[in-house]
Amino acid sequence: MFDEYTMSELTSILAMQGFAGLILFSVLVLMALGLAIIFGQMGVINMAHGEFMILGAYVTYLTAKLFETYMPSLFDGYFFVAMGLAFLASFALGVLVEWCMIRFLFKRPLDTLLATWGLSLILQQLYRTIFGAREVGVTLPDWMMGSYALSETIEVPINGIFVMVLTLFISLCVYLLMFRSRWGKQVRAVVLNRPMAGAVGINTEKIDRYTFGIGCGVAGIAGSAFTMIGSTGPTSGQLYIVDTFLVVVFGGAQSLLGTIASAFTISQSQSTLEFFLSGSMAKVITLLLVVGILMLRPQGLFALKIRH
Amino acid sequence: MQERAKALFMPRQDLIGFAVLALILIVILPLVLDVFRLNLVGKYLTYSFVALGLVLCWGYGGILSLGQGLFFGLGGYCMAMFLKLEASDPVSTKIQSTPGIPDFMDWNQITAIPWWWQPFNSLTLSLIVVVLVPTVFAFIISVAMFKRRVGGVYFAIITQALAAILTILIIGQQGYTGGVNGITDLRTLLGWDIRSDNAKLVLYFVNCILLFGCLLIAQFIRKNKLGRILVAMRDREERVRFSGYDVANFKIFVFCLAAAISSVGGAMFTLQVGFMSPSFVGIVPSIEMVIFCAVGGRLSILGAVYGSLLVNWAKTSFSESFPELWLFAMGALFIGVVMAFPNGLASLFLRYIEPYLPAWYHGKAKPVQPAEVLEKAPLTSTDTQPETATSKSTEKQSDETVPVNSLEGGVYVD
Repeated sequence: MFDEYTMSELTSILAMQGFAGLILFSVLVLMALGLAIIFGQMGVINMAHGEFMILGAYVTYLTAKLFETYMPSLFDGYFFVAMGLAFLASFALGVLVEWCMIRFLFKRPLDTLLATWGLSLILQQLYRTIFGAREVGVTLPDWMMGSYALSETIEVPINGIFVMVLTLFISLCVYLLMFRSRWGKQVRAVVLNRPMAGAVGINTEKIDRYTFGIGCGVAGIAGSAFTMIGSTGPTSGQLYIVDTFLVVVFGGAQSLLGTIASAFTISQSQSTLEFFLSGSMAKVITLLLVVGILMLRPQGLFALKIRH
Repeated sequence: MQERAKALFMPRQDLIGFAVLALILIVILPLVLDVFRLNLVGKYLTYSFVALGLVLCWGYGGILSLGQGLFFGLGGYCMAMFLKLEASDPVSTKIQSTPGIPDFMDWNQITAIPWWWQPFNSLTLSLIVVVLVPTVFAFIISVAMFKRRVGGVYFAIITQALAAILTILIIGQQGYTGGVNGITDLRTLLGWDIRSDNAKLVLYFVNCILLFGCLLIAQFIRKNKLGRILVAMRDREERVRFSGYDVANFKIFVFCLAAAISSVGGAMFTLQVGFMSPSFVGIVPSIEMVIFCAVGGRLSILGAVYGSLLVNWAKTSFSESFPELWLFAMGALFIGVVMAFPNGLASLFLRYIEPYLPAWYHGKAKPVQPAEVLEKAPLTSTDTQPETATSKSTEKQSDETVPVNSLEGGVYVD
């Protein structure tokens, strides 16, 4: 089947395909990081995660509109402001949701699933009422458009590179926060043994609230990055929620490294298969592979060895 | 002895509940509603098959499956394939480039019926396949999962992924499955026009009879030793395992049973509605089916029927007049059911109505089975319900027994 391509063409196809896989990987990691914090660390199933993402995307859209209308001179840098705002908005909503709902449901993970699904329905309808049912896209500043030519046949889109750098940065931040800070240590203590953590003077309620908030905030950033690649509609979030959950579960829920590794595996196999098969069949096979491996290794790729 | 067996299988309260439901479904609704509305009720009732399966595997077995739409859809598709083959005989499809094959295959340049469509030429085979395929599927999934002790949240996510996979597959393989539109334009069952008013009436009653058959099976399991093992397994899996039971086998059984019941619902859905499409297979309908079960009460088999009737009726009447409000209402319903009354309508009935019912309802006093008390108790510790309300209701329902609720506080502490 490779007969019709020359060697150099084949190399560039592989490189391009690999790069497309890397962009998909970055997006998956961004989406999954927030979920890994909420599901992996807190054990709460947040089915509204996609909607928090979409919130970030809409905030970015609004910021872009605002800059376009009032501050066209600063338009080149709007994206950084938008990401900050997206984080803040999702964080605030996350804290609110934790306070109203999640804190009552800690002992019943399956019920958090249903309740947050209800929340996702409400948020979806809210977006539809406010922004309309049509998908919206943002205008990218000039420096993000176009692509960078590596060789004659290989071209790399700049927004793709930007998303990758962003992913790297956010992953590093989350790592430092969860594993190298006092606060992260407290979070992990609360997850392992809530009453004991409380007994040694950790304010578990506060920790829970901010952990959930930060997980949602990261989702907001993911949504913001998302606007650079595709357009946003009220129901876009639902499309990704299963993929995201599979990434987190596949990697081993409590391992950050596992999340990244599984996102890499899934995105690379997806983009490679897409080259040979139709998009939908590639997705089916990827998902089936993941489910199959999960049956063999229920704890995921990188299971944390802890004694309960 | 016979008397005692009857009391164990169907205590007076349950018998009355069954009778009331039968009266509503078989006598009152057909008298009150016209054929169009009755057909709608029949459609809602097909969902209650799924909800009933969920009561067994989620409420009793503690296995939340978010992929019940998969089994509903498989059953429905098997039925639809039979009806489609019958509808596309060479005479009625003579305008196609290849007469005698379903229209969507013709549109996708497929000239022969694929081999896996062949069994659906015979009604007997189709009826067997309708139940067999989803059950075998459920068996494979559950053996692979439960033997490896995958459970709870992980199981829910994986079943959800499977539902997503099937939807993508159906939509992607348009030539063999009809794609997004599904299998439409179904007309006859062995030459009998299923679109006529008369057929709709008959199918409604067939549906009711099948539903009561499934309800009786569920009741039998609930009142049997099997049901009690399921409840014990849900609450303290390790203890049941250490007592020498193979927990996985019970889970596999109950999951397969739920799948089989759902597939019957799917087949009846196709017959009554006249088409089947991927929009009844995926994640969203699967989760909605869970809410039908949760609204009725995850521990009440009759509640599953009332839950699916009520939610769907509300959905139809709401979305006719205020389509935007419906999603808000549905979301609020999800949150409300989970936070305020986890055991659904059935728990409200048990708490506020049953204690005030006259003596003939309760029958003569008999020792209450421990399993029954556990069923009436809230599923988890009393963190969402006020302590006083719970203990008061227990006193009223079972004067003679020790309030087993006092054990509940310890159940979920690990």
